Amino acid sequence: MWTICRKELADHFSSTRFLLLFCLIFMVALVAAYMAVENVHKALEGFPKSSHVFLMMFTTPGKFFSLVQFVAFFGPLLGIIMGFDAINRERHLRTLGKLLSQPIFRDAVINGKFLAGVITVTLVMVSLLLLLTGMGLVTLGVVPGWEEIARLAVYLIISIAYISFWLGLAILFSIVFRSLATSALASVALWIFFSFFMGFVADMAADTLRPVYNRRDVEQVVANDRLAHAFSLVSPVVLYGEATGPILDPFQRSAGSLLVITPMEAFSLERFRGPLPLDQSMFIVWPHIVLMMALTLICFGIGYVTFLRQEIRTV
Amino acid sequence: MAAIIQTQGLTRRYGRQTAVEQLDLEVQEGEIFGFLGPNGAGKTTTILMLLGLTEPSAGSARVLGYDPVRDPLPIKRQVGYLPENVGFYDDLTGRENLRYIADLNGIPEPEATEKIESALRTVGLADEGDKLVGAYSRGMRQRLGIAELLVKDPRLLILDEPTLGLDPDGTNKMLDLIRDLNRSRGITVMLSSHLLDQVQRICHRVGIMIKGRLVALGTIEELARRKGADSGRPVLEEIYMRYFREA
Ligand SMILES: Nc1ncnc2c1ncn2[C@@H]1O[C@H](COP(=O)(O)OP(=O)(O)OP(=O)(O)O)[C@@H](O)[C@H]1O
Ligand SMILES: [Mg+2]
Repeated sequence: MWTICRKELADHFSSTRFLLLFCLIFMVALVAAYMAVENVHKALEGFPKSSHVFLMMFTTPGKFFSLVQFVAFFGPLLGIIMGFDAINRERHLRTLGKLLSQPIFRDAVINGKFLAGVITVTLVMVSLLLLLTGMGLVTLGVVPGWEEIARLAVYLIISIAYISFWLGLAILFSIVFRSLATSALASVALWIFFSFFMGFVADMAADTLRPVYNRRDVEQVVANDRLAHAFSLVSPVVLYGEATGPILDPFQRSAGSLLVITPMEAFSLERFRGPLPLDQSMFIVWPHIVLMMALTLICFGIGYVTFLRQEIRTV
Repeated sequence: MAAIIQTQGLTRRYGRQTAVEQLDLEVQEGEIFGFLGPNGAGKTTTILMLLGLTEPSAGSARVLGYDPVRDPLPIKRQVGYLPENVGFYDDLTGRENLRYIADLNGIPEPEATEKIESALRTVGLADEGDKLVGAYSRGMRQRLGIAELLVKDPRLLILDEPTLGLDPDGTNKMLDLIRDLNRSRGITVMLSSHLLDQVQRICHRVGIMIKGRLVALGTIEELARRKGADSGRPVLEEIYMRYFREA
């Protein structure tokens, strides 16, 4: 497995498309961070220095988007690019039969490829965060506190799980579809669907299952909205957004929309406007994190089982 | 002589179609065995089952004393399998491709380099080892395929159409190479082919498979006697065509 993993790593880092995407991500991230820093400066003008300034660099939108939104959007592309041809490229090159006739277990092939992808994602994300942290240190002149660093670490882990989901999905498609183009298209289609259309679909599904007849009937509206929210959580993009929100913004007290806030929460919201400690933020989002890991594992698991039972020969 | 490959009632069905039916086959240690049959006869399917790459629907096989379904790893460690139309990582050099195979077989360092170099020398690619495989000719690819098998010091070679797409000169060289490996290193060889005169030249025994059934098994002389072929030098082509017409 390690042999395969090592070869795949070497392949990733020498492939042109990966390097292109890597440069693109770094450039956009730098620009976004630069704009965010300007806005943070503006926002802080005249105020006493508040805590958690450092994290604001990641969540404040620049001209178009914040860094977090950027990763939520482009992260999947990274996963897809590394996974969409994992298995069917070996079929295409006719190396799969040869590879599987070496003294290795069949699952070592898919495990090695997945692991190589995860390691690459980790390297990209760590270097990205380090770069931005360094940039923040210089431009903002603020040293992040331990808690902020811890929050960034949690954010890093969630992001890796998130991109790994897309990697697992792309590998699954590379097993199911024989053609490189089909598996790439399928992954991208799902990416676009989850990123842009999941909201509509969730609303539509909720409207059919729990229709709102009377806009003033609070119970109906709440039930409808809860259902729509639950549906939208199927989308890893939504999950990721809600999971990272409270982690990077200590003032955010709920992962969901305003309507799901319980009276108790609303009450406490009134009473103190102070930041939540990290463990409280974690408490809010841990179901999201678990759900996302579960989605990743399910995706990888389906691919794993399919691959183990699949005929080797291309039909 | 001991049987190195042995199958009993080996059967493989794809849906309603039977690709291999009730195959009883023995290959002896030290021989070159020719596996003949028209397209779609089930040769490749049989080979895949011997390596544990496809599960049989019924029957069983033993390769080097191991069951390919339950115990494929020791088989894969000692058997060199050249698939029909073998492929390589085109963006790596010949040496790098061999290195990957050596790594996958867990061959440790000074030994691996030694084996790679000697394999390249044996197949006559020592000077081209650092070219990208994408730039190799068909004949060079086929020889690189053999080199990949030699890296793991196999006891048994299973070659699926090793001369496919080679020119006459390349074909002859490939056959000489196979015969030489068999003679000088005592490697048992099982090869499938359509090219009867080549098979006749190097194989000690042949099996003829038609539509999933093994219709004949033995030395060429034996088969000729059984079929009452013309006297004089028996010609495999004639024997084959007789079986083919009967099937
Ligand atoms: N994955 C599969 N699904 C369905 N049928 C298959 C599959 N693989 C092989 N077959 C069928 O099994 C039969 C035997 O095929 P096989 O490839 O073993 O023949 P072969 O003797 O190797 O032929 P060739 O000389 O053309 O290589 C064929 O009729 C083929 O259509
Ligand atoms: Mg075949």
